[in-house]
Amino acid sequence: MPVPEVADSFSGSVTKITLGAAKAGGGTRTSTITVGGSRNVVYGGAPDNAGERPVIAMDVLDICPDDWPDALVEPYKDVLGNPVAWAKKCVNEFGADLICIKFDGIHPDKGDKDAEQAVKVTQDVLKAVGVPLVLWGSGNADKDNQVMPKVSQAAKGENCLVGTVTQDNYKALTAIALADGHCLITHAPLDINIAKQINILVSDMGFPLEKIVTFQATGALGYGMEYAYSIQERQRLAALGGDKMMAMPVICDVGYEAWRAKEAKLVDAPAGWGTVQDRGPMWEATTAICLLQAGANIIRMRHPTAVAAVKNFIQQIWQ
Amino acid sequence: MALTGLDIFKLLPKTNCKKCGMPTCLAFAMQLAQKKAKLDKCPDVSEEAKQLLAAAAAPPMRLVKFGSGDNQVQAGQETALFRHEDKFYNPTVLAATISDKLTGTELHNRIEAINALKFERIGTKIGAKAIAVINESGLADAFAAAAAAVKNQSKLAIILVSDSPQAIAAAVSKTAGAMPLIASAKMDTAEAIAKIAKENNCPVVAKANSIEAISQLSEKIKAQGVEDIVLTLDGMNLRDQMFNLSRMRVLSLKKVFRPMGYPVISFVKGTSCDQQAAIATSLICKYSNIVVVDTVEPGAWLAMLTAVMNIYSDPQKPVQVEPKIYPVGEPNENSPLLFTTNFSLTYYTVESDVEASRVPSYILVVDTEGTSVLTAYSGDKLNEKIVAEAMKKFNTENLVKHRKLIIPGYVAVMSGKLEEATGWEIMVGPRESSMLPKYLQEVWK
Repeated sequence: MPVPEVADSFSGSVTKITLGAAKAGGGTRTSTITVGGSRNVVYGGAPDNAGERPVIAMDVLDICPDDWPDALVEPYKDVLGNPVAWAKKCVNEFGADLICIKFDGIHPDKGDKDAEQAVKVTQDVLKAVGVPLVLWGSGNADKDNQVMPKVSQAAKGENCLVGTVTQDNYKALTAIALADGHCLITHAPLDINIAKQINILVSDMGFPLEKIVTFQATGALGYGMEYAYSIQERQRLAALGGDKMMAMPVICDVGYEAWRAKEAKLVDAPAGWGTVQDRGPMWEATTAICLLQAGANIIRMRHPTAVAAVKNFIQQIWQ
Repeated sequence: MALTGLDIFKLLPKTNCKKCGMPTCLAFAMQLAQKKAKLDKCPDVSEEAKQLLAAAAAPPMRLVKFGSGDNQVQAGQETALFRHEDKFYNPTVLAATISDKLTGTELHNRIEAINALKFERIGTKIGAKAIAVINESGLADAFAAAAAAVKNQSKLAIILVSDSPQAIAAAVSKTAGAMPLIASAKMDTAEAIAKIAKENNCPVVAKANSIEAISQLSEKIKAQGVEDIVLTLDGMNLRDQMFNLSRMRVLSLKKVFRPMGYPVISFVKGTSCDQQAAIATSLICKYSNIVVVDTVEPGAWLAMLTAVMNIYSDPQKPVQVEPKIYPVGEPNENSPLLFTTNFSLTYYTVESDVEASRVPSYILVVDTEGTSVLTAYSGDKLNEKIVAEAMKKFNTENLVKHRKLIIPGYVAVMSGKLEEATGWEIMVGPRESSMLPKYLQEVWK
């Protein structure tokens, strides 16, 4: 019996987006990153339809985190609280494709730092590393509206990925990101309809669709990962079906979510769970690998051991 | 491919004899198509029609069982490429390897290590489901001895991994009654291996290095009278393996290409535990029904098994936790009492943040039919009456001495009515659960 042809051809594809601007592009980055471009579902059709290789953005916090588990502090113990040294370590030692500055410190409950400090961190990290940056706010709408536009301006022309904007709070950051030539992260709370809605809202403001990355919210392994997984798969199918409002690459916040999980951080875990040193990185890596199967393009991560495992996997698929 | 009522009607005698209980053959055909009637109700149907109908009724991917008793496992019979289209039915069977080069204490300890890979998550027991005995020695005796030891020392299902028909025969004779999965038959050993499988009523793995070769091989094995077949791709790098597994899934489900209509087993090769877990996780998602790894590292197993649980959960059904009072830490009568909904995602987020606060607390889980706080509130599945009733039902009055209830920030609007309904002081908690540690540490005091 001859094997039937499997002809999966799709009219649409995932948008290709380049992050970072080198000298020729008006920035100072020594490398740029291109993601997206898939013309099929994950592992569908021929490997050359898979698009660009997914990348890892390693988190650097603007303040010294006070609630990280020991196993996560360990690899960074000499650089926590020093975003410049931290970013350098991620790029030079751990091979980060991107650095994501997470502005936890501006949150009113987590330090309430002012814009001046956030701008300084941004400028210092821009000088310290050559990879493109992700600039991610605190999640507090008022404070983000005060601080993030100034952060955006401080990185003008560098083609950073800034965010996040939600359907309730998108105007300030969208306008400034547009003016400063950045890409934008649109954020929906595990809801595919809101995901589309926010893309429509920012594009109505004149923001180009081909400079948007979507964040559907991320659940850790065992804590709702499958919701993000299925939304990403549905988003990919919508993109392939030609829906331009759903054709953006996807970013996931795996590092933060995975390390909140009990399995990742519990020191006095039940017997037979393995050591806490191994469990955390394993939880983070497994969450990331799952979401890669559903088409994630950019993954925010934290522990170098998990990053190494995920990079190794990506290398084998996107040879 | 499912037949329509009209397709079936063409195969029936068209005598309208009513012996099946239906007024006409067409009515009977419609019932058959909806799987509401069985074909054996028709006394006059031809043998040919029986065979055609049985073949068409078979699921696009066969269900294959192996192992025995309570520990029998089943793989296959999936219906969807993407879990949101339906759901994935038979959770990936995860197996760990045992080399037949091990003997004595080493062998004993390895089997015990695999037996110990058991965990409990959200009230469900998960763990290793099978042991793959690998004929690394190349010797039939050693293989049979290792298989016998596994059978004696473990209840888990057994996979016998050898390319040698002699070794397989020897090991099968030592595991009689345990219904091992025989892995594997190749083109040149298909007849010999299929014969052993048929005589011992065991399922068999068809192994080849391309989809074309596997489909020929599965046909060949089937022609020997073995119906329970599992497929495996041999000698491919990970990229080609993943792309081919996806193509196999499409061929079986969308093209109903019968030679591919079987579950798949994959053997993970990877140098480190981290790499094995990564590859296994990928295979769990896309599309291996049985995955075999070398590592017995508990942390890796907990992660892989949780991935199986997540991917195989029913996407149509919100995962719920049981409505009741959950103590976090060791709370007492002076500890804070919070309420949230029984949507598991909501509950686990709240639980983990309360735990992070290190303030021992009680969480009252209110039944909102598995919806989140805002969804429940807007759908009137969460209101002051429902919360008051839950407090009464779970006897919060005797649980704590104080009369303060912390409510989710998103439903601050219900605090007035809730205060009236309960007589308790309502404290509005943060909107974001991640702010709970700060809230409990600073505001509660």
